[in-house]
Amino acid sequence: MTTSEKVVLHVDGLRMRYGSVDVLHDVTFEARTGEVLALLGPNGAGKTTTIEILEGFRTRSQGRVEVLGADPAHGDERWRARLGIVLQSWRDHGKWRVREFLAHLGTYYAAYSTPEIQRPWDPDELLDAVGLTEHADKKIRTLSGGQRRRLDVAIGLTGRPELLFLDEPTAAFDPHARHEFHDLVRAMAAAGETTILLTTHDLDEAEKLADRILVLNGGRIIADGTAAELARRIAGEDEVRWLRDGQRFVERTADSTTFARHLFARYGDDIYELEVHRASLEQTYLALVRQAESTPEVTR
Amino acid sequence: MNPATIALRAGWSRGLIELRQSFTNGAELFSHFLWPGLMVAAMFFIRNTSFGSSGLLLGTLALPSILGMNASVGVISMSQQLTADREDGTLLRAKATPHGMPAYLIGKVISISGGLLADLVIFLVPAMLLVDGLEVGPGSWPTLAWVLALGLVATLPIGAVLGSVFTSARAQGLVQLPYLALIGISGIFYPITALPEWLQGIAQIFPIYWMGLGMRSALLPDSAVAIEIGESWRHLETVGVLGTWAVLGLLVAPVVLRRMARGESGSSVTARRERAMQRIG
Repeated sequence: MTTSEKVVLHVDGLRMRYGSVDVLHDVTFEARTGEVLALLGPNGAGKTTTIEILEGFRTRSQGRVEVLGADPAHGDERWRARLGIVLQSWRDHGKWRVREFLAHLGTYYAAYSTPEIQRPWDPDELLDAVGLTEHADKKIRTLSGGQRRRLDVAIGLTGRPELLFLDEPTAAFDPHARHEFHDLVRAMAAAGETTILLTTHDLDEAEKLADRILVLNGGRIIADGTAAELARRIAGEDEVRWLRDGQRFVERTADSTTFARHLFARYGDDIYELEVHRASLEQTYLALVRQAESTPEVTR
Repeated sequence: MNPATIALRAGWSRGLIELRQSFTNGAELFSHFLWPGLMVAAMFFIRNTSFGSSGLLLGTLALPSILGMNASVGVISMSQQLTADREDGTLLRAKATPHGMPAYLIGKVISISGGLLADLVIFLVPAMLLVDGLEVGPGSWPTLAWVLALGLVATLPIGAVLGSVFTSARAQGLVQLPYLALIGISGIFYPITALPEWLQGIAQIFPIYWMGLGMRSALLPDSAVAIEIGESWRHLETVGVLGTWAVLGLLVAPVVLRRMARGESGSSVTARRERAMQRIG
């Protein structure tokens, strides 16, 4: 806990209503400097709506939102210069060359350089950081999907943002590109200067990248915590399997250790091939979403 | 640096980069020469046809008129590029960047006017070699310059409004039809006085006729004024009509553009793309 750890993102009672349909109900959370926060949820949960409100691209219906100390609905250019935004898919500026475009975008940020944060990020260093150096002189439209996405991240980082939004960053990635992308985000997170909010419907991704996971479902935050905390929240999900008298048994239990002790106490040497599967985050997540969906007052 | 300076500088360099791009890739380079080339070919076929008993050749009359018409094409370019840039997320990118929107617009104005200027030269040089009877004196170029400048200020903002209002590439096709019809009645290829008066009336509401008239006043001998409406070059009226369009456009465009930009978000770009894909599929 350092002194620089302050709240960069504060959302309190956020509501979004289209016509008579509420897409977000009472969403509340916070992010601190250097934190990597994953907004996890199935499609249609309200992730993109939330992130667009925080980016200042959408006007909320109700609630208090503060992003880097300002209301995104009224953020000025100085505020905008401190944000990095990577949207779901971008095909713009296909005729521009990779380095040329980064260098051009950098000029917009130069006026917002401070002694602490030098803006913009040097285009060559940036290309090196995202592994695009050898493609620097290519036209953007000739890049592969994975390269294009890394360029999108580089573009988002041009102004050395204090807060970076990544909306579904690896959707439509092949496993290799995904792996590389995860390394890139972890490297950024390790540097500790950039707070990152990413949305994903992929639990594995949230678990790999995020310090903290917010599970959003049907427009509500149904869980907020580290991966371990979330896994602990749902009890009774450990799975114990064993063989006795040539017969296979499977049992779900909250306390697998005690269960196994009782099992041995009762059957002793008759127990073979004991397996204990701790509740995985995936099961936790699915259970959470199922639970939320079966609660009647939760509607989309 | 104050905000206006940042936007102006970024817009200027943006415009120059895009202008350079449009002259260094095959497809666009081709289109830069195609339209002027077609116009030169049209001039070639009408160069020896005379208009009525005036003794003037159609080719001579058409050269400055085509110049005026070509300068008005900025309406279409602006409108099309705005629509395309909305579809591929260029505008959203501008919105996500500090001073991005003003810089984007300044860049567009520069790249489109620059491209137009180049196209005018590409047309003018061979056309002047082909056609006799022009009267190019020291007064010609200043007149040509102010008609061109005022014409651009009158037409580019309208293009921006049309580009904001019509969101799909298909709707852009609908913008071009009335534009082509207007060219047909604006006295470009044939003097407007040959048309019925009600058509003349409609043509005089829009900039194309006045841009053609202004160019004719710059490049034709004084005697040619005899075939114009009221036998006058009507500079005052030209300034009046083009000026009105300019003021109107500059008042309306920022409002419409701002409203359009406010609606841009990642999901709106995605939604538009999905609609476009459905049309293709």
